[in-house]
Amino acid sequence: MNSKQSDRRRFLKEGAVLAGLAAGAIRSASGQGPMSASGRTPESEIPENFRFFNERSRFENSVRKLPSAGESGASKCPLQDLHGIITPSDLHFVAAYGMNPPDIAPREHRLLIHGLVHRPLIFTLEELKRLPSVSRIHLIECVTNSYMFRKRTVHLPELRNRLTARDIHGNTSCSEWTGVPLSLLLQEAGVKNEASWIVAEGAEPVKHARSIPLNKVMDDVIVAYAQNGEAIRRPNGYPLKLLVPGFEGAFNIKWLRRIKVVDQPYLTNVDVSHKVNLRPDGKMRWYNFEMPPKSVITRPSGEQRLPSRGFYEITGLAWSGGGTIRRVEVSTDGGRNWKDAQLQEPVLRIAHTRFRFPWNWDGGEAVLQSRCTDDRGVVQPTLAELGKIWGVNFDWEYWKIASETGYNGEHFNVIQPWKVTREGTVLDAMYDAWL
Amino acid sequence: MRCMMHGFNLLVPVMALAACVAALGQTQTYNLGRTPREEEIRAWDISIGPEGKELPPGSGSAKEGAPLFAQKCAVCHGPTGKGSGPGGSRRLVGGQGTLTTTHPVKTLGSSWPVATTVWDYVNRAMPQYEEDLPHAWVPVVPNRPSKREPLSADEVYALTALLLYWNDIIKEDDILDAETLPKITMPNRDGFVPKEPKWKKGEALPFGQYP
Repeated sequence: MNSKQSDRRRFLKEGAVLAGLAAGAIRSASGQGPMSASGRTPESEIPENFRFFNERSRFENSVRKLPSAGESGASKCPLQDLHGIITPSDLHFVAAYGMNPPDIAPREHRLLIHGLVHRPLIFTLEELKRLPSVSRIHLIECVTNSYMFRKRTVHLPELRNRLTARDIHGNTSCSEWTGVPLSLLLQEAGVKNEASWIVAEGAEPVKHARSIPLNKVMDDVIVAYAQNGEAIRRPNGYPLKLLVPGFEGAFNIKWLRRIKVVDQPYLTNVDVSHKVNLRPDGKMRWYNFEMPPKSVITRPSGEQRLPSRGFYEITGLAWSGGGTIRRVEVSTDGGRNWKDAQLQEPVLRIAHTRFRFPWNWDGGEAVLQSRCTDDRGVVQPTLAELGKIWGVNFDWEYWKIASETGYNGEHFNVIQPWKVTREGTVLDAMYDAWL
Repeated sequence: MRCMMHGFNLLVPVMALAACVAALGQTQTYNLGRTPREEEIRAWDISIGPEGKELPPGSGSAKEGAPLFAQKCAVCHGPTGKGSGPGGSRRLVGGQGTLTTTHPVKTLGSSWPVATTVWDYVNRAMPQYEEDLPHAWVPVVPNRPSKREPLSADEVYALTALLLYWNDIIKEDDILDAETLPKITMPNRDGFVPKEPKWKKGEALPFGQYP
């Protein structure tokens, strides 16, 4: 092709793109019905010199942290780079269970509702989008957040003290989710009197399934198709995801394909093995549901550097799976004195809440920490306080055993201390407690 | 609305509301979605409850399961299910009596409450196929099973029987089917609290590992 032809082709392509943008979208993208014709151009059809309209500044390179080799866990959200309360969709943490996310064509996807209902129903995505919808801002947090990475790295001296907010706490993210209340779909299907639980199931190869109490489902569970104003991202469940606000992350079934209404918990593999806490008496505590209140200072935080003494706004995130954050306190002297931080509006139920606290660094060593309280009055504990609740000492011996065994420190929500050194380096000070 | 006209009579709106709620069980409001055919539901419904009502026809024993395990499972779970295969998947066998020690070993034998979970999970998720794995962090293992060979109901019964046999829960010749499988008593059947899990809005439950 000579350069003239190439230019002409480019001109035609750009013209088409502009026409599409201007006309606001008559054409129906492949795989979508007429109602959702969006005028969006596939990435591959965008001319090269238009691509920068989609891109972040090349100076901004925040990314999720990928799981390390041999680790089937999550890729974590860089909390320390976030502002406000919304997690950009491409930075939302991903718990992959060691599998690739499925690549689902929305036109072929179906949601089946059956079991103890008067009328089993199958919905297409288009039908779901015609139903009355809601948009709500909610967080999702993995049950092992704040614990697993410590357990895995506690014996690696090169990482000691050097963990970031993302490394330790990055398995939480907060989005605006849009979809249909599951209560509405169940009313359409007509729930039978003897029903008391549902089993929700994903379409991925391992068909992740969880039992969820029916009263929670009827309260605030959403069958979501959108995240932060666009379709849900593929690793977060495209095209459908069950949002179970405040419950352990693994209740939020991705790639949702089936809801079975039942009369008891169905004891799925995930119900009885992954998400179960083992007590010292050998009893397993199952169906733990809601994540407890937690807060973390994200700036300044691990591996950041304060260039000089002077003013810094301390800021961070607080949240509770059981309700709304009522109070966040900050200490800059290792927990001797606590003062109320300012909560940024809107303060929403089961959502990340941004807090701010003015601070002048005098150049000396300082330990910064935050502690939150939710509207049930539950307060985020210190390491020692949580140790009392669990009946353990979080000493070196504990972490050694934890790293050697299947201990899962779930719902681990202790206060996170960050140490600012005289040089302005910020370190994870949790290790000081047991080293 | 009727209820508005009888605003002083408290019973009327309550009764009207009750009638509305009852009516919702009877009719659809939006008339969207279609009724699935019976066989569609059967094909999709892979949930096996603790009573095993959904278990399909078929049967299998540990003896029949052994060659299957060697062929399809050992590459990750090790030749005897103890988790030493190159794929590095979890241990399936042993650990009974260790849950109260400092080094608990959680396997299906030592910790799962019912045998139907074994059938459900093997059928729903196993084997994990080569093409579904992100090899950025999952080791590449030769001879990992491929999508072309899903397990039949008989094979799932046989593998379930093998795992229960290796965990000393049934005998090598015991035949599992829709009737016998739900009757198996797992060692940790009573090891879960609370006995009847419930959720109550706004309730601050004790959380953590050792509440």
